Amino acid sequence: MILTISFYLFAALVILSGVFTISARNPVHSVLWLILAFFNAAGLMVIVGAEFIAMLLVIVYVGAVAVLFLFVVMMLDIDFAELRAGFMKNFPLGIAIALVLLAELVLGIGAYKAGALKLGNPDLSAMPHVGRSNIENIGALLYGKYLFLFETAGIILLVAMIGAIVLTHRGARAPRGQQNIGKQIARKPSEATINKRPEVGQGIEI
Amino acid sequence: MIGIEHYVVVSSILFVLGVLGIFLNRKNIIVILMAIELILLAVNINLVAFSAFLGDLTGQVFAMFVLTVAAGEAAIGLAILVIYFRGRGTIAVDDVNRMKG
Repeated sequence: MILTISFYLFAALVILSGVFTISARNPVHSVLWLILAFFNAAGLMVIVGAEFIAMLLVIVYVGAVAVLFLFVVMMLDIDFAELRAGFMKNFPLGIAIALVLLAELVLGIGAYKAGALKLGNPDLSAMPHVGRSNIENIGALLYGKYLFLFETAGIILLVAMIGAIVLTHRGARAPRGQQNIGKQIARKPSEATINKRPEVGQGIEI
Repeated sequence: MIGIEHYVVVSSILFVLGVLGIFLNRKNIIVILMAIELILLAVNINLVAFSAFLGDLTGQVFAMFVLTVAAGEAAIGLAILVIYFRGRGTIAVDDVNRMKG
Protein backbone atom coordinates (compact mmCIF):
# COMPACT_ATOMS: atom_id res chain seq x y z
CA MET A 1 0.00 0.00 0.00
CA ILE A 2 2.68 2.47 1.03
CA LEU A 3 4.70 1.37 -1.99
CA THR A 4 1.82 2.14 -4.33
CA ILE A 5 1.26 5.55 -2.79
CA SER A 6 4.93 6.45 -2.96
CA PHE A 7 5.17 5.20 -6.54
CA TYR A 8 2.37 7.49 -7.64
CA LEU A 9 3.83 10.37 -5.64
CA PHE A 10 7.29 9.99 -7.18
CA ALA A 11 5.91 9.38 -10.67
CA ALA A 12 3.67 12.44 -10.56
CA LEU A 13 6.48 14.59 -9.21
CA VAL A 14 9.03 13.40 -11.75
CA ILE A 15 6.66 14.16 -14.63
CA LEU A 16 5.66 17.51 -13.16
CA SER A 17 9.25 18.58 -12.69
CA GLY A 18 10.04 17.39 -16.22
CA VAL A 19 7.29 19.68 -17.53
CA PHE A 20 8.62 22.62 -15.56
CA THR A 21 12.19 21.87 -16.61
CA ILE A 22 11.38 22.39 -20.26
CA SER A 23 8.95 25.27 -19.77
CA ALA A 24 10.51 27.43 -17.04
CA ARG A 25 11.30 30.99 -18.13
CA ASN A 26 14.53 31.19 -16.19
CA PRO A 27 17.16 28.49 -16.87
CA VAL A 28 18.21 28.59 -13.20
CA HIS A 29 14.70 27.44 -12.33
CA SER A 30 15.00 24.81 -15.06
CA VAL A 31 18.11 23.41 -13.38
CA LEU A 32 16.37 23.33 -10.00
CA TRP A 33 13.37 21.49 -11.45
CA LEU A 34 15.79 19.08 -13.12
CA ILE A 35 17.33 18.37 -9.71
CA LEU A 36 13.86 17.64 -8.32
CA ALA A 37 13.23 15.28 -11.25
CA PHE A 38 16.47 13.42 -10.47
CA PHE A 39 15.57 13.08 -6.81
CA ASN A 40 12.16 11.64 -7.63
CA ALA A 41 13.59 9.29 -10.22
CA ALA A 42 15.98 8.07 -7.52
CA GLY A 43 12.93 7.49 -5.34
CA LEU A 44 11.33 5.42 -8.08
CA MET A 45 14.47 3.31 -8.32
CA VAL A 46 14.59 2.78 -4.56
CA ILE A 47 11.01 1.48 -4.65
CA VAL A 48 11.96 -1.11 -7.24
CA GLY A 49 14.95 -2.25 -5.20
CA ALA A 50 17.88 -0.68 -7.05
CA GLU A 51 19.41 1.34 -4.23
CA PHE A 52 22.88 1.58 -5.71
CA ILE A 53 21.76 3.17 -8.98
CA ALA A 54 19.45 5.48 -7.04
CA MET A 55 22.28 6.76 -4.85
CA LEU A 56 24.53 7.02 -7.90
CA LEU A 57 21.87 9.15 -9.57
CA VAL A 58 21.74 11.49 -6.61
CA ILE A 59 25.52 11.73 -6.30
CA VAL A 60 26.45 11.99 -9.97
CA TYR A 61 23.53 13.94 -11.36
CA VAL A 62 22.59 16.20 -8.48
CA GLY A 63 26.08 16.52 -7.09
CA ALA A 64 28.03 16.96 -10.31
CA VAL A 65 26.03 17.46 -13.47
CA ALA A 66 23.32 19.75 -12.11
CA VAL A 67 25.88 21.88 -10.26
CA LEU A 68 27.86 22.11 -13.50
CA PHE A 69 24.72 23.36 -15.25
CA LEU A 70 24.10 25.87 -12.45
CA PHE A 71 27.65 27.19 -12.72
CA VAL A 72 27.42 27.65 -16.46
CA VAL A 73 23.97 29.27 -16.33
CA MET A 74 25.05 31.69 -13.64
CA MET A 75 28.51 32.48 -15.06
CA LEU A 76 27.51 33.35 -18.58
CA ASP A 77 25.77 36.69 -18.98
CA ILE A 78 22.98 35.72 -21.34
CA ASP A 79 19.79 37.47 -22.36
CA PHE A 80 17.33 34.64 -21.83
CA ALA A 81 14.26 36.58 -22.94
CA GLU A 82 15.67 36.79 -26.46
CA LEU A 83 16.32 33.06 -26.47
CA ARG A 84 12.68 32.32 -25.73
CA ALA A 85 11.46 34.09 -28.83
CA GLY A 86 10.66 30.94 -30.81
CA PHE A 87 8.91 29.16 -27.96
CA MET A 88 5.34 29.77 -29.09
CA LYS A 89 6.22 29.43 -32.77
CA ASN A 90 7.59 25.92 -32.23
CA PHE A 91 4.79 24.91 -29.89
CA PRO A 92 2.28 23.30 -32.34
CA LEU A 93 4.89 21.25 -34.20
CA GLY A 94 6.55 20.18 -30.95
CA ILE A 95 3.26 19.11 -29.37
CA ALA A 96 2.26 17.23 -32.53
CA ILE A 97 5.51 15.29 -32.67
CA ALA A 98 5.42 14.62 -28.94
CA LEU A 99 1.86 13.28 -29.17
CA VAL A 100 2.75 11.02 -32.10
CA LEU A 101 5.77 9.69 -30.22
CA LEU A 102 3.75 9.15 -27.06
CA ALA A 103 1.01 7.35 -28.99
CA GLU A 104 3.60 5.02 -30.52
CA LEU A 105 5.15 4.27 -27.15
CA VAL A 106 1.77 3.66 -25.49
CA LEU A 107 0.78 1.36 -28.37
CA GLY A 108 4.01 -0.56 -27.82
CA ILE A 109 3.33 -0.87 -24.11
CA GLY A 110 -0.24 -1.98 -24.83
CA ALA A 111 1.03 -4.63 -27.22
CA TYR A 112 3.47 -5.84 -24.59
CA LYS A 113 0.76 -5.97 -21.95
CA ALA A 114 -1.60 -7.85 -24.25
CA GLY A 115 1.09 -10.48 -24.79
CA ALA A 116 1.79 -9.68 -28.45
CA LEU A 117 5.42 -8.84 -27.71
CA LYS A 118 7.77 -11.41 -26.29
CA LEU A 119 10.76 -10.09 -24.44
CA GLY A 120 13.93 -12.12 -24.31
CA ASN A 121 14.28 -14.21 -21.21
CA PRO A 122 17.18 -13.43 -18.89
CA ASP A 123 19.87 -16.07 -19.19
CA LEU A 124 20.25 -16.28 -15.39
CA SER A 125 23.93 -15.38 -15.57
CA ALA A 126 23.27 -12.02 -13.93
CA MET A 127 20.65 -13.11 -11.46
CA PRO A 128 20.83 -11.36 -8.09
CA HIS A 129 21.95 -13.70 -5.31
CA VAL A 130 19.34 -14.05 -2.62
CA GLY A 131 20.66 -12.87 0.71
CA ARG A 132 23.20 -10.46 -0.74
CA SER A 133 22.56 -6.77 -0.96
CA ASN A 134 22.00 -4.96 -4.24
CA ILE A 135 25.40 -3.29 -4.16
CA GLU A 136 27.21 -6.58 -3.53
CA ASN A 137 25.48 -8.18 -6.49
CA ILE A 138 26.25 -5.25 -8.76
CA GLY A 139 29.86 -5.17 -7.60
CA ALA A 140 30.33 -8.86 -8.35
CA LEU A 141 28.89 -8.34 -11.83
CA LEU A 142 30.79 -5.13 -12.51
CA TYR A 143 34.21 -6.44 -11.51
CA GLY A 144 33.59 -9.82 -13.08
CA LYS A 145 31.54 -10.16 -16.24
CA TYR A 146 31.61 -6.49 -17.19
CA LEU A 147 35.15 -5.60 -16.13
CA PHE A 148 36.21 -4.57 -19.63
CA LEU A 149 33.18 -2.34 -20.09
CA PHE A 150 33.82 -0.84 -16.68
CA GLU A 151 37.38 0.08 -17.63
CA THR A 152 36.10 1.50 -20.91
CA ALA A 153 33.68 3.71 -18.98
CA GLY A 154 36.64 5.00 -17.01
CA ILE A 155 38.49 5.82 -20.22
CA ILE A 156 35.41 7.63 -21.55
CA LEU A 157 35.34 9.78 -18.41
CA LEU A 158 39.06 10.49 -18.75
CA VAL A 159 38.65 11.54 -22.38
CA ALA A 160 35.70 13.75 -21.46
CA MET A 161 37.69 15.39 -18.70
CA ILE A 162 40.73 16.05 -20.90
CA GLY A 163 38.48 17.28 -23.70
CA ALA A 164 36.65 19.74 -21.47
CA ILE A 165 39.91 21.09 -20.08
CA VAL A 166 41.53 21.42 -23.51
CA LEU A 167 38.45 23.16 -24.93
CA THR A 168 38.12 25.77 -22.22
CA HIS A 169 41.76 26.30 -21.26
CA ARG A 170 42.95 29.70 -22.38
CA GLY A 171 46.66 29.21 -21.79
CA ALA A 172 49.04 31.66 -20.17
CA ARG A 173 48.65 35.16 -21.58
CA ALA A 174 51.81 36.85 -22.85
CA PRO A 175 53.07 39.31 -20.24
CA ARG A 176 52.49 42.93 -21.21
CA GLY A 177 55.34 45.11 -22.46
CA GLN A 178 57.48 42.23 -23.60
CA GLN A 179 60.06 43.15 -26.23
CA ASN A 180 62.00 40.90 -28.55
CA ILE A 181 65.42 42.48 -28.71
CA GLY A 182 66.80 40.21 -31.42
CA LYS A 183 63.88 41.08 -33.68
CA GLN A 184 64.37 44.80 -33.07
CA ILE A 185 68.06 44.70 -33.92
CA ALA A 186 67.49 42.60 -37.03
CA ARG A 187 65.04 45.12 -38.51
CA LYS A 188 66.03 46.59 -41.91
CA PRO A 189 64.86 49.86 -43.49
CA SER A 190 63.39 47.89 -46.39
CA GLU A 191 60.78 46.26 -44.22
CA ALA A 192 59.95 49.30 -42.14
CA THR A 193 56.81 51.39 -42.48
CA ILE A 194 57.46 54.80 -44.05
CA ASN A 195 55.32 57.86 -43.63
CA LYS A 196 54.87 59.64 -46.98
CA ARG A 197 53.05 62.83 -47.80
CA PRO A 198 51.98 62.72 -51.45
CA GLU A 199 50.75 65.75 -53.35
CA VAL A 200 47.00 65.89 -53.96
CA GLY A 201 46.12 64.12 -57.19
CA GLN A 202 49.35 62.12 -57.37
CA GLY A 203 49.91 58.61 -56.23
CA ILE A 204 52.93 57.20 -54.47
CA GLU A 205 55.78 55.14 -55.83
CA ILE A 206 56.55 52.12 -53.74
CA MET B 1 0.16 -3.56 -7.29
CA ILE B 2 2.74 -1.68 -9.31
CA GLY B 3 3.73 -3.58 -12.42
CA ILE B 4 6.38 -2.96 -15.00
CA GLU B 5 3.87 -1.18 -17.24
CA HIS B 6 3.59 1.64 -14.73
CA TYR B 7 7.31 2.23 -14.86
CA VAL B 8 7.44 2.03 -18.64
CA VAL B 9 4.58 4.53 -18.92
CA VAL B 10 6.35 6.99 -16.60
CA SER B 11 9.60 6.67 -18.50
CA SER B 12 7.82 7.07 -21.87
CA ILE B 13 6.19 10.28 -20.68
CA LEU B 14 9.53 11.56 -19.44
CA PHE B 15 11.18 10.64 -22.74
CA VAL B 16 8.51 12.48 -24.73
CA LEU B 17 8.88 15.50 -22.44
CA GLY B 18 12.59 15.55 -23.24
CA VAL B 19 11.93 15.46 -26.99
CA LEU B 20 9.32 18.22 -26.59
CA GLY B 21 11.85 20.28 -24.66
CA ILE B 22 14.31 20.08 -27.53
CA PHE B 23 11.61 21.29 -29.91
CA LEU B 24 10.34 24.11 -27.73
CA ASN B 25 13.69 25.61 -26.77
CA ARG B 26 15.34 25.52 -30.15
CA LYS B 27 17.47 28.58 -29.40
CA ASN B 28 18.57 27.91 -25.86
CA ILE B 29 21.23 25.23 -25.92
CA ILE B 30 21.39 25.02 -22.12
CA VAL B 31 17.78 23.88 -21.94
CA ILE B 32 18.41 21.53 -24.88
CA LEU B 33 21.19 19.88 -22.88
CA MET B 34 18.86 19.60 -19.89
CA ALA B 35 16.21 18.00 -22.11
CA ILE B 36 18.81 15.46 -23.24
CA GLU B 37 19.49 14.72 -19.57
CA LEU B 38 15.75 14.12 -19.11
CA ILE B 39 15.77 11.67 -22.03
CA LEU B 40 18.72 9.78 -20.56
CA LEU B 41 16.97 9.73 -17.18
CA ALA B 42 13.92 8.16 -18.82
CA VAL B 43 16.13 5.50 -20.39
CA ASN B 44 17.72 4.82 -17.02
CA ILE B 45 14.34 4.39 -15.32
CA ASN B 46 13.39 1.95 -18.07
CA LEU B 47 16.61 -0.06 -17.73
CA VAL B 48 16.36 -0.26 -13.96
CA ALA B 49 12.67 -1.19 -14.00
CA PHE B 50 13.17 -4.02 -16.50
CA SER B 51 16.25 -5.18 -14.61
CA ALA B 52 14.30 -5.37 -11.36
CA PHE B 53 11.19 -7.00 -12.76
CA LEU B 54 13.03 -9.57 -14.88
CA GLY B 55 15.46 -10.46 -12.10
CA ASP B 56 18.56 -9.69 -14.13
CA LEU B 57 21.12 -7.18 -12.89
CA THR B 58 22.58 -6.39 -16.31
CA GLY B 59 20.11 -3.53 -16.71
CA GLN B 60 21.40 -1.80 -13.60
CA VAL B 61 25.01 -2.17 -14.75
CA PHE B 62 24.09 -0.63 -18.08
CA ALA B 63 22.20 2.16 -16.34
CA MET B 64 25.52 2.97 -14.72
CA PHE B 65 27.21 3.13 -18.12
CA VAL B 66 24.45 5.41 -19.39
CA LEU B 67 25.12 7.61 -16.36
CA THR B 68 28.83 7.72 -17.28
CA VAL B 69 28.12 8.75 -20.83
CA ALA B 70 25.59 11.35 -19.66
CA ALA B 71 28.14 12.91 -17.33
CA GLY B 72 30.78 13.04 -20.07
CA GLU B 73 28.31 14.47 -22.55
CA ALA B 74 27.23 17.20 -20.14
CA ALA B 75 30.85 18.18 -19.46
CA ILE B 76 31.82 18.32 -23.14
CA GLY B 77 28.60 20.04 -24.14
CA LEU B 78 28.96 22.75 -21.54
CA ALA B 79 32.63 23.24 -22.47
CA ILE B 80 31.65 23.74 -26.11
CA LEU B 81 28.93 26.12 -24.95
CA VAL B 82 31.42 28.18 -22.94
CA ILE B 83 33.87 28.58 -25.83
CA TYR B 84 30.98 29.37 -28.18
CA PHE B 85 29.82 32.09 -25.80
CA ARG B 86 33.35 33.49 -25.56
CA GLY B 87 33.56 33.77 -29.31
CA ARG B 88 30.15 35.27 -30.05
CA GLY B 89 28.73 36.69 -26.83
CA THR B 90 25.49 34.77 -27.23
CA ILE B 91 24.32 31.20 -27.10
CA ALA B 92 21.55 31.44 -29.71
CA VAL B 93 22.20 28.30 -31.68
CA ASP B 94 19.41 28.38 -34.23
CA ASP B 95 21.62 30.07 -36.82
CA VAL B 96 24.71 27.99 -36.31
CA ASN B 97 25.10 26.15 -39.57
CA ARG B 98 28.80 26.22 -40.06
CA MET B 99 31.80 25.57 -37.87
CA LYS B 100 34.22 28.30 -38.74
CA GLY B 101 36.25 27.81 -35.61
